[in-house]
Order: sequence, then C-alpha cells, then structure tokens
Amino acid sequence: MSSANLTTEAPWVRRVLIAVALAFVTLFLLVPLVAVFWEALAKGWELYLAALVEPEAWSAIKLTLLTAAIAVPLNVVFGVAAAWAIARFEFRGKSLFTTLIDLPFSVSPVVAGLMYMLMFGANGWLGPWLAEHDIKLMFAVPGIVLATVFVTFPFVARELIPLMQAQGQDEEQAAMVLGASGWQTFWKVTIPNIKWGLLYGVILTNARAMGEFGAVSVVSGHIRGETNTIPLHVEILYNEYNFVGAFACASILALLALVTLLVKTLIEWRIARQREGAKERTLEARLAPASTH
Amino acid sequence: MSLLNRQHSVLPGFGLSFGISVVWLSLIVLLPFTALVLMSTKLGWSAFVATVGAERVIASLKLSFGASAVAALINAVFGFLLAWVLVRYPFPGKRLIDALIDLPFALPTAVAGIALTTLYAPNGWIGQYLAPLGLKVAFTPLGIVIALVFIGLPFVVRTVQPVLEDLEKELEEAATCLGASRGQIFRRVIFPAVLPALITGTTMAFARATGEFGSVIFIAGNIPLVSEIAPLIIISKLDQYDYLGATAVAVVMLGLSFVLLFAINAIQWWASRRHGGGR
Repeated sequence: MSSANLTTEAPWVRRVLIAVALAFVTLFLLVPLVAVFWEALAKGWELYLAALVEPEAWSAIKLTLLTAAIAVPLNVVFGVAAAWAIARFEFRGKSLFTTLIDLPFSVSPVVAGLMYMLMFGANGWLGPWLAEHDIKLMFAVPGIVLATVFVTFPFVARELIPLMQAQGQDEEQAAMVLGASGWQTFWKVTIPNIKWGLLYGVILTNARAMGEFGAVSVVSGHIRGETNTIPLHVEILYNEYNFVGAFACASILALLALVTLLVKTLIEWRIARQREGAKERTLEARLAPASTH
Repeated sequence: MSLLNRQHSVLPGFGLSFGISVVWLSLIVLLPFTALVLMSTKLGWSAFVATVGAERVIASLKLSFGASAVAALINAVFGFLLAWVLVRYPFPGKRLIDALIDLPFALPTAVAGIALTTLYAPNGWIGQYLAPLGLKVAFTPLGIVIALVFIGLPFVVRTVQPVLEDLEKELEEAATCLGASRGQIFRRVIFPAVLPALITGTTMAFARATGEFGSVIFIAGNIPLVSEIAPLIIISKLDQYDYLGATAVAVVMLGLSFVLLFAINAIQWWASRRHGGGR
C-alpha cells in the first residue's frame, strides 16, 4: 500500500464530500453570479445597453469612478507608510497601532456612515461651523469619498505588513550599506519586492471602494444624478421594479468582481512561481560549494 | 525621552511613515469615533435604556445576532468541508472553485442582495421549488441567514485552508501505522490542529454578519419585529433626525463587536501559545 492510501479516505467518502462541496458552491456562489447576468440580459442586449447609457446610470458610473480614483490612492499611500513603520521598526504601542488600523473591519458600514454624520452632518459636531463657512460634506461627494476611505482603510496595510515582515530587511540594509539613499532603497528594493502584494491590496481596495453600499448609503442623501453611486442606483432601480435596469448596473459591478478574482488568481500564481524559483536558487546555492570539491 | 522609544534601525523614514499613518488614522478613524463617543455622552442613562430597550430595537438586535450565529455555524460546517476538499482531494475544476470562494469578498453586497432576493422569491429560480414545500425564504429571517451565509463563507475557508495545507502528513501516517482508524485520526489528530483556525474564521464570519447591511435589506423584507435588522434601525432613526437614538443602537452594536474582536485575539493568542508549548 502506498503512503497516499494511508492518509486518505475511501473513494466513496471522497466522492460524497466533493459532491456536497460542489453543490454548496454552485448553490451559494455560482447560481447568484449567473442570475445577475441572466436577469440583466432577460429582455435582450438592446435594453441592457440602454439601461447603462441612461443619464442617471451614467452619472452613477462617473461618481463611482471618481470616488475610487480619490479613495484608492489615498489608502495606498497610507497602507505603504503604515506597513513601512510597522514591518521595519520596533516602537512602543505598535500592537495598539496595528489594532487601530484593523478597526474599520469590525465596524458595521452603517455605523461608519453614522459616525461621519455625527461629525459633519447638519446636527453634527462640526455641522454648524461647516454651514457657516458654506462647506457641504454630507449628502455630497466629499462625504461619499470619506465613507469609502473609511471602509477600505485597512486593506493595503493588511496585505503588506505580513509580506514585508516575512521578507525581512536584509536587502534594504544591504542597499543602504552600499550607499543608496532612503528613497532609492524604497523605490529600487522595497517596491519591486512587494509589488504583487501591493497590487493585490490595490485591487481589493478598489473592488470594495466601487461596491460599498451601507456606509455610502448613510452619507449620500440619495440625490439622483448627483450623489448616487452604482450600488445606490441599483437599489433605487430595484425598488422601482426596474429589474433589467437594476441588474444591468449590477452586472458592471459583478464584472468588476470577476476581474478582481482573476487578477487575484494570477497574482497568487505569480507569487507561488516566484517562491519556487527562490527555493530552487537556494538549493543551487547550497549545492554549488559541494560540486566544486 | 520619547514616547515611541524605538529601537535603532539602519533604515530611515520612521518619522515620515509613522507620521503619515498616524495623521491619516486620526483623521479617518479616530476623529469619527470621538464624534460617536461625544454624542453618546450626551445620551443620559435613562434615555439610553429607553431607546435600546424598545421592543423593536431588542427584536432587531436579537435577529441580527441570532441570524449571524446560525449563518456562522452553517459556514463553520461547509467552510471546513470546502477547505478540506480543496486541500486534500484532486478533482476537475478545482482551481476555478478555489478562485470562486472569494466571490463574496469581491462582489458588492447590494449586487449579492438583489441576486439572492430574485433567486429565493416565491417565483424565483430556487424559491419556486421551496414554495410548494411551505418554505418561505425571501422576506423572512431564513432569507437573512442565506444572505449572511453568502457573505461569511470565505472567512472560514480562507482561515482553515492554510492550516490544513501546513498539516504534517507524517503525523497521520504515524497514527495509521499505530493502528488508528481514519475516524480516530480525524478526531484526535486533524481536528484539534485545525480547531483554533476554525473558531477564528467562524468568529470573523459572525462579526462581519452582525453589521452586514447591503446583502440583507433586499432579501429581509424589513418587517418590524420580524425581519428588521439592527443596522436598518440605525438608518431609520437617522432618517427621522433622531441622532441620539441612532447613536445608542450603534454603541450597543459596537460594544458587542469589540467583545468579538477581543475574543478573536484571545483565541489567536491561546492557539499560538498552545502551538508553541506543544513542541
């Protein structure tokens, strides 16, 4: 008997388990995904395309793109800075700092929206001051961006911290010793080392930024054609029983999700290959001295 | 004496990177939290109790946390099964299934919400087969559980999967050679090793589910006392300009999720200690 047989189940057990797992994935993940596209195209391509170029849908698409274009870069800069501080230095309060970065994950998006309302809303903390200076944050684009930044806050840092800790700082120290400046080291050593993890963090942030519903719903005010993002527009159309329109807009977000999953899979594949390459290189390095004898 | 008594490192940029992250953290996270805390101090104890103790609020909190617990348990079972099948058994289409597991992370919650509602409505693809059996899913608490299972699944799979991958096969081989049955090995060798990850993943799915809004409101039907979740109570109070009431409910929800966060950290600490000490 081979060792593979020692540590696995009888073929019928395996088959039953695989069948149950596949049925679960089909029912809970695959069918809902297919349903989005099916419903969007239920009345044909013409109505589908018409639903997307309709002015309110178009303005929702533009607002979503604008929000992501502001929120994602801000959180990338923050994520890289936080990862550099946490993964490269020891300081007091580091674990508290790390916990605080994760905080937005454990807050309901609705509560996140509420916190911004309490701060900047008409009856909020800074509300009267903002009104005096004629600054409108809530029920306007800045509020939507702020809420989006909050819910996507930890993604990049979360991706980079374990990666940079695992890589260690030997290569960066070597670069410094060889006379590189801090920025040179950062751009030429750190960034190439973390680029795949960073890219993954960026696409996750982007997916969540474009799809956020709860937090944005609280601060947006739902002004049609002005402060509706795609997910909010989907809600309005759905509640008006305009199912083709709702699912057509939803299908854009579903496509975005599929692209996100594809990029994620490619990156993981890339990292796995890189790791194997590194393993082979260490093995060769170990064998090299032996072969010279 | 600096407060941040950091160790010396050859690398520069601590001040800059730490500065940027602290400023951003304060502006985006800490300041809004302070606003919430300040608002909650304006709330007297009796007003707090009156708001949170209202029948509708209590019902919504019970529903949010109850449905989340049921969904988390379903996810614990099927998430573990999925992780097991993905790590241990070869089958066609495995990589596709593996990639699909993350769909709930990537798919916006509102999209999941309307898709699930359409599927489970009495005339939907799935609902039409359940209706004759007397099973109503959409617009009932059962529908809420379905939506929460959807959004929580990847948390369990993605926490358990790496632990299963790292499990040493030698242990199982040794146990088999010593005469243990497959069932005994699973119960005594595999399951104890995976348990901390399973608990962590399940708690994460639970915590996420309690605050979930987008995927739930469409399928819930939002009937007061029956299928109205706690986040929706906050929103309806805000719509009525009842900022204090909304804050009271939010404080309860935050308090409960901090307890959960603390529990996750405690489990991880316990697991790492046990893991380290067991060697």
